[in-house]
Amino acid sequence: MSSRSSEGNLTIGVLALQGAFARHIEALTACGVDTVEIRQPKHLEVADLDGLVIPGGESTTMSKLLDSLELREPIGKLLADGLPVFGTCAGMIMLAADVSDGRADQASFATIDIGVRRNGYGRQLDSFEADLEIDALEGDPFRAVFIRAPVVERLGSGVEVLASVDDVPVLCRSGSVLVSSFHPELTDDHRLHEMFVGGLAT
Amino acid sequence: MDGKKIGLRLNMAEEATSTLRAMAENSASEHGTVRVKRGLAEMLKGGVIMDVVNPEQAKVAEDAGAVAVMALERVPADIRKDGGVARMSDPEMVEGIQEVTTIPVMAKARIGHFVEAQILQSLGVDYIDESEVLTPADETHHIDKFAFDVPFVCGATNLGEALRRISEGACMIRSKGEAGTGDVVQAVRHLRSIIGDIKKIGQADEAELFEWAKQLQAPLPLVQEIAETGELPVPMFCAGGLATPADAALAMQLGAQAVFVGSGIFKSDDPAPRAKAIVEATTNFNDADILAKVSRGLGAPMTGINMDEVNTKFEERGW
Repeated sequence: MSSRSSEGNLTIGVLALQGAFARHIEALTACGVDTVEIRQPKHLEVADLDGLVIPGGESTTMSKLLDSLELREPIGKLLADGLPVFGTCAGMIMLAADVSDGRADQASFATIDIGVRRNGYGRQLDSFEADLEIDALEGDPFRAVFIRAPVVERLGSGVEVLASVDDVPVLCRSGSVLVSSFHPELTDDHRLHEMFVGGLAT
Repeated sequence: MDGKKIGLRLNMAEEATSTLRAMAENSASEHGTVRVKRGLAEMLKGGVIMDVVNPEQAKVAEDAGAVAVMALERVPADIRKDGGVARMSDPEMVEGIQEVTTIPVMAKARIGHFVEAQILQSLGVDYIDESEVLTPADETHHIDKFAFDVPFVCGATNLGEALRRISEGACMIRSKGEAGTGDVVQAVRHLRSIIGDIKKIGQADEAELFEWAKQLQAPLPLVQEIAETGELPVPMFCAGGLATPADAALAMQLGAQAVFVGSGIFKSDDPAPRAKAIVEATTNFNDADILAKVSRGLGAPMTGINMDEVNTKFEERGW
């Protein structure tokens, strides 16, 4: 865990309750930013965060830990105040305005106006990888890994779709909120992390 | 930069899901790749996988914050007590658990019993555990795990065993420990052995890697990969004998990336609060104040069996 460096690097908080947070930290580190693992409210105070990443994992588990560790309120406040955030898979579910096929007691931050269906593609046997054409990225297609992924079923106004698989949105943006139903942290291609970090610098 | 604006109005959710699956099939997408199979293990990191024997226990596990459940007919403590041959669970029982939970469902096949694995894949379980807790079906061969789209986890007592399982296609390794005892000593021994050897290989020069491969009876390319990366090529979790929040945190501090808790939860006095406490301890495994807080007032843990009194050692199964 690192805090804001003396060189004045950007500092990104990574929700580290459970899931692929370590892979996100590797990707962010490769992009030249500092990271802080967020497991308790006090970790939010270690540095002035420039952004937050909510990783893939089990959204039910993360939702429960947000409550028992009293993290839901302070993170909710930061997001409401406009802290830029990147949510992948479970992170997309945690940020979506409405969630179907979740648990009744599963609350989300409702930071982006989309509707998602949890495990919408099915079980692990339905998990897949595919090449994405992302206009916002230069170069080759982006290899995207979908693990028991959510399906975006509703788009609110002002939500921009940056990539789709067979006309189903898989990468969406609204203001400083970026969400993907796939896992950019599972490959060595860090272009989406660079895009998120680049958006913070401007 | 302009993304396509699409107004999706999908009312018939079930129908939509099957259409989506069909479309995903068509779009040059690939299923069952190593990356997809290892990917689910990445998502389980930092979590607790709990043994359950019925839908009621599966609900308790999910409510407590488990990242996955392991569906089996008897927990290891009962397999140990009852004796006899332990086999794959009844498909009806696995399906009953799949119906009530939204988190991944794993199930166990006997070592080498590839037909049990075929059946579990047909049921759509999310992970198969080729497990020494069940009675082995083959004294020489493990399952060819590359032949399946569903990912496999296998147990290991040392690095050589872990690498042999990975060379057969395992996408997650769990240190074996000694299941059903509630005694954490074997889990600690296995974790220390695996992680200790990974550290030593990191210090070895190129020539010494040949000797390491020979000693470990493991494929040289995997040994070379460890020398380069300093870690196993797949996630490593800990299992076997964990009974308390402190046990889970011990495994995590020793370097495990997640924990399996079997008999430790549902053989204790009060499973639900213990399950929740173990989940919280696994997330904040490095914070003694939180560990002290969640360890309070949980009632009696499983009584357990001291390792010296164990007659059948599950850890010795597997080759």
